[in-house]
Amino acid sequence: MELREKHILMDEMDMKRALTRITHEIIEKNKGVENVAVIGIRRRGGPLAYRLAERIEAIEGVKIPVGILDITLYRDDLTLMSSQPMVHRTEVHFDINNKIIVLVDDVLYTGRTVRAAMDALIDIGRPQCIQLAVLIDRGHRELPIKADYVGKNVPTSRTEIVEVKVKEFDDKDAVVIQEKIE
Amino acid sequence: MALAQRKDLLGLRDMSREEIEMILQTAVPMKDIIKRDIKKVPTLRGKALVTVFYEPSTRTRTSFEIAGKYLSADTVNLAVSTSSVQKGESLRDTIKTIEVMGFDVIVMRHAMSGTPHYVARNTDMRVINAGDGANEHPTQALLDLYTIKEKKGTLEGLAVTIVGDILHSRVARSNIYGLSKFGCDIRVVGPSTLMAPEIEKLGVKCYYDLEKAVAGADVVNILRIQKERQHSGLFPTLDEYANLYMIKKDKLKKAKEDVLILHPGPMNRGVEISSEIADGTQALINEQVTNGVAVRMALLFLMMGGTRDESTN
Repeated sequence: MELREKHILMDEMDMKRALTRITHEIIEKNKGVENVAVIGIRRRGGPLAYRLAERIEAIEGVKIPVGILDITLYRDDLTLMSSQPMVHRTEVHFDINNKIIVLVDDVLYTGRTVRAAMDALIDIGRPQCIQLAVLIDRGHRELPIKADYVGKNVPTSRTEIVEVKVKEFDDKDAVVIQEKIE
Repeated sequence: MALAQRKDLLGLRDMSREEIEMILQTAVPMKDIIKRDIKKVPTLRGKALVTVFYEPSTRTRTSFEIAGKYLSADTVNLAVSTSSVQKGESLRDTIKTIEVMGFDVIVMRHAMSGTPHYVARNTDMRVINAGDGANEHPTQALLDLYTIKEKKGTLEGLAVTIVGDILHSRVARSNIYGLSKFGCDIRVVGPSTLMAPEIEKLGVKCYYDLEKAVAGADVVNILRIQKERQHSGLFPTLDEYANLYMIKKDKLKKAKEDVLILHPGPMNRGVEISSEIADGTQALINEQVTNGVAVRMALLFLMMGGTRDESTN
């Protein structure tokens, strides 16, 4: 299957602005960041979580805990996949009990990843609450899940693929829509 | 061949370096799970595992059982000594009975080499060899490799000395198959009566002098002396064996200063290992047991977590 880049949704500056706005919303909603921690969902939620934490520190002058969650063992589609995903470590080196946890992911689609992430999170503690921040919400939910913070809402068709690129893993910061060529 | 595409795990001999690395890498996050408060993930929900051991075992059987439970598989142990096997049921009929109960994987140990291979050919269940005669004990070797890699950071080019009853040891054989894929300098040492003929063909160096065999070693893996063999005339007395081959402090002078001591258990203190070494800081015997659970979790996940492509079997 080949992919064709169809449209650039966000460039580097757009991503920066969206993350800055989300940062302000997190601070506003929680009336500061006391007791707040961010946890990114592997893989691209990780760098985004660190960026949010940096911005929070720049604005509030507080260093908040950051973690990375690997949800492979919690997926509901393992037996349906043709190739096996690699399991990585969950790196949450702080106590999540009674914390406000902001889960961070790049794209919100069916909601199944977020469902798995919540299960994974609850297995390592009992947060006071879990909030969800995503860079892109592309619709087509299959579970009753809604994001608290959204960088951009993008109506898409199911045949399209939304890809978030981050400098940490890719050549640049950008969000692109790709289309399958049959 | 990817592990998910493999129906059975029968030995390390025909396993690729990439497959072994995949298991060792996957065992790292699995070990994190064992150390959590909630030691359970839902990954293998709805899968069923049965352990069938025709030989005694504490570590291997229990750790397979708990590894399955940590991954949410249902696990059952068939107690061979109180089962219909005692009424004369054939191996093939026993296996068929288990299969039609719906088990997905059978973990088995048998005194006869090749038994798991025979079973694997005659069942749709996945078969994991937990020790067959003097042939292989792949999961023990995998956990040994994991333990060494965790401490040393790499397996590449390490000098590993395996000490004891090489002739009867499936642990030795699986370790040799595994380590040789990482370019290790493998030495085996023991009394000539307990040395396997033609073992050099597996790419190992043979020694009869313990101090020479451990010179420069990064790892010493000590095999259990099966006391029952004493009566077979293969060595005169346990005392004589202990004099020549027991790992104690003064025998390790020429090994690397940070040499790691492994033993698959159960230990015969004062026969193949001194208590000073067994309880010392370089001995990883308890850590091996913990790692054994992590490695078996990794293996079960890799074999059962994904879809098996039937066409490649």
